[in-house]
Amino acid sequence: MASKLTRSNRAGWAFALPGFGLIALFIIVPFFFAFGLSLTNQRLISPNPTAFVGLANYRDLLGLGVITLEPERDAGGQILRGADGTPDYPRVRNFTRNNPDHPRLDGMREWFRWQSGDTQKVVVAKDVVFMKALVNTFTFVLIVAPLQAGLALLLALLINQRLRGINVFRTIYFMPVVVSIVVVSLLWRFIYSGDNGLLNNILSVLSFGLFRPVDWLGNPSTALGAIIAMSIWQAVGFHMVIWLSGLQTISPTLYEAARIEGSSPWQTFRHVTWPGLRNTAVLILIVITMQAFAIFAQVDVMTNGGPRDATQTLVFQAVQRGYGKQDISGGSAISVILFLIVLSISLVQRWLTREKN
Amino acid sequence: MATLSLKNLKKSYGEAHVIKGVDIEVEDGEFVVFVGPSGCGKSTLLRMIAGLEDISGGDLEIGGRRVNDVAPKERGIAMVFQSYAIFPHMTVRENIGFGLTIARVKKDEWNERVNEAARILQMEHLLDRRPSQLSGGQRQRVAIGRAIVRKPQVFLFDEPLSNLDAALRMDMRMEIGKLHKQLDATMIYVTHDQVEAMTLADKIVVLKDGKVMQIGAPMDLYHEPANLFVARFIGSPAMNLIDVTVRETTARGHVVEAASLDPVEIPTATPGRAGDRLVLGIRPQYLTPSHDAATGKLHGKVAFTERLGTETILDIARADGSKLVAALPEDALFSTDDEISLTFDPARARLFLPEAG
Ligand SMILES: Nc1ncnc2c1ncn2[C@@H]1O[C@H](COP(=O)(O)OP(=O)(O)OP(=O)(O)O)[C@@H](O)[C@H]1O
Ligand SMILES: [Mg+2]
Repeated sequence: MASKLTRSNRAGWAFALPGFGLIALFIIVPFFFAFGLSLTNQRLISPNPTAFVGLANYRDLLGLGVITLEPERDAGGQILRGADGTPDYPRVRNFTRNNPDHPRLDGMREWFRWQSGDTQKVVVAKDVVFMKALVNTFTFVLIVAPLQAGLALLLALLINQRLRGINVFRTIYFMPVVVSIVVVSLLWRFIYSGDNGLLNNILSVLSFGLFRPVDWLGNPSTALGAIIAMSIWQAVGFHMVIWLSGLQTISPTLYEAARIEGSSPWQTFRHVTWPGLRNTAVLILIVITMQAFAIFAQVDVMTNGGPRDATQTLVFQAVQRGYGKQDISGGSAISVILFLIVLSISLVQRWLTREKN
Repeated sequence: MATLSLKNLKKSYGEAHVIKGVDIEVEDGEFVVFVGPSGCGKSTLLRMIAGLEDISGGDLEIGGRRVNDVAPKERGIAMVFQSYAIFPHMTVRENIGFGLTIARVKKDEWNERVNEAARILQMEHLLDRRPSQLSGGQRQRVAIGRAIVRKPQVFLFDEPLSNLDAALRMDMRMEIGKLHKQLDATMIYVTHDQVEAMTLADKIVVLKDGKVMQIGAPMDLYHEPANLFVARFIGSPAMNLIDVTVRETTARGHVVEAASLDPVEIPTATPGRAGDRLVLGIRPQYLTPSHDAATGKLHGKVAFTERLGTETILDIARADGSKLVAALPEDALFSTDDEISLTFDPARARLFLPEAG
């Protein structure tokens, strides 16, 4: 087999060469490039020579620390309180700016804090924006993957019926997939618009004017949710089609056998449909996860990572850093981290969904 | 166990009339075989009984109750499909118990009934395997197991053996016959193999183009085919059919003749007058060849001989080029190109009206 592939297949290889060449040129080579660059201090345009810096870029991205803040006390050991009764705490920057006792925390900034008793714990990060991007990306994936997969399955089940005109629905559901994500994002910017957006108008009509208009993309608490909703809607048709192809591999006689036994719709789904969709489910889960981790265009078009970094994501950060700030090595480090995350999640998913026997 | 009665049953797909008014009565505990060429509507008829196809006209009664609009589960039937239709992700045990699972039968009873079905089919040692680890015959047995576990009133089989090889088919045929005796259940069995029909059936229904050609016990169909179609279809090798002309009509039947057939009186009830064209049918088993041209009334030349061991098949060419087949009980001494005459008992010959068109 292998020998035949390599020996007597010169024409085949010749035909494959352009494809291979392009994949190598634009995917494999850049990947190794990124990996190499992430270990240097290379900038996009810089007069200085490039130097090898080891894992410094990764340390700058991933550096984390926890500071325990004790309330300020007076000479007698009494907690000093402000006018509203809350204790006073030392400032974080005392720890992170030139503090010889905490060299590791140098240059870090506060990410978030929480109270435990009278003391406060502050998590500081070397790169708070990256941390927010990391959390946002995971949030995005964790919400989008199950919802999109579930919704797509539901649509596929509805559409996998022999009804007149069902193709119209198939087309409608698939349409957003065909339209460029940039165009879709632009349209949804109008839908989400704060002053006269379609969504606000609809909600206001439905609630008889009770609903107060929200600037969906301008509000840090709704911006990420808005992008999530729109992203689910946009790609659900694509995954619906994959589910549909899985559904059509299930033999109709299995359904007839179940029908003769008097199986209810739910029992049929549980005993016939779902087991038959196993491999499709694995595929869809992995594809959605990978796509979701790569979220970029929506953020770039709709919010630019704002408001207040509420919609920062890893790819957006990588691009912004590499090209916006010309910090190619930092951007490369982010993409390598993303690659490792996606790789390990895919491996875990494959392991969890492996054929048990 | 139940009687079954089909009264003027009809099925159309739009303008296509597939079942054109079928009347069949099935006794309690009877083994009925529907037989006919491909596309004659056997499966459709069976699926109408099962409730998988709705009925366009007429009445279907099971156990005296009209069930035209009753759900498959409520009809008290179980069906075995040609493609087995067993669930690939379930073990043999789960497959057999599927109907009980759907009916939410308690665990104890579930186990008991599945084990009993497995015992009847002698497949207790296979219970924990998956379908992919079974042979074709074993898979079909699982499908039969799923049918018997529910103790249905009527068993429906749609060409259950046609995916098996010849030897296995014979084994399974005998097993199904045995099962019928053991369960004493009403069974309806669809096949296009007349040997299966002859060996299994208490009653055979010959179908053609959605109409019943003849209903009767196997040997009745063999000896008294009602028309040319049944004559051709039942029996192997097929009945010899000779176009003859009526020379004169007698009290018992007609005297007929043909190019290589001396005038002979055939007792029959088939109507006809002198000069009418009829078709004479003689089973190959009832032809006795002889080298003496004066012995028999039918004349021809041996085209070739086939020795099957138990019998010898003689292919004989008549003067007008048409072919005759004689089946001899033992190895007979006839060689190619021998001129022979054939004797037959006129009482065992049949006269048919020619088919229209
Ligand atoms: N959904 C349908 N629409 C139109 N015609 C159909 C449909 N299903 C079956 N038929 C027609 O009905 C006729 C009978 O089909 P059926 O499957 O019952 O044949 P069969 O006797 O079982 O043949 P086989 O031995 O090949 O299984 C065929 O001529 C077929 O073309
Ligand atoms: Mg059929």
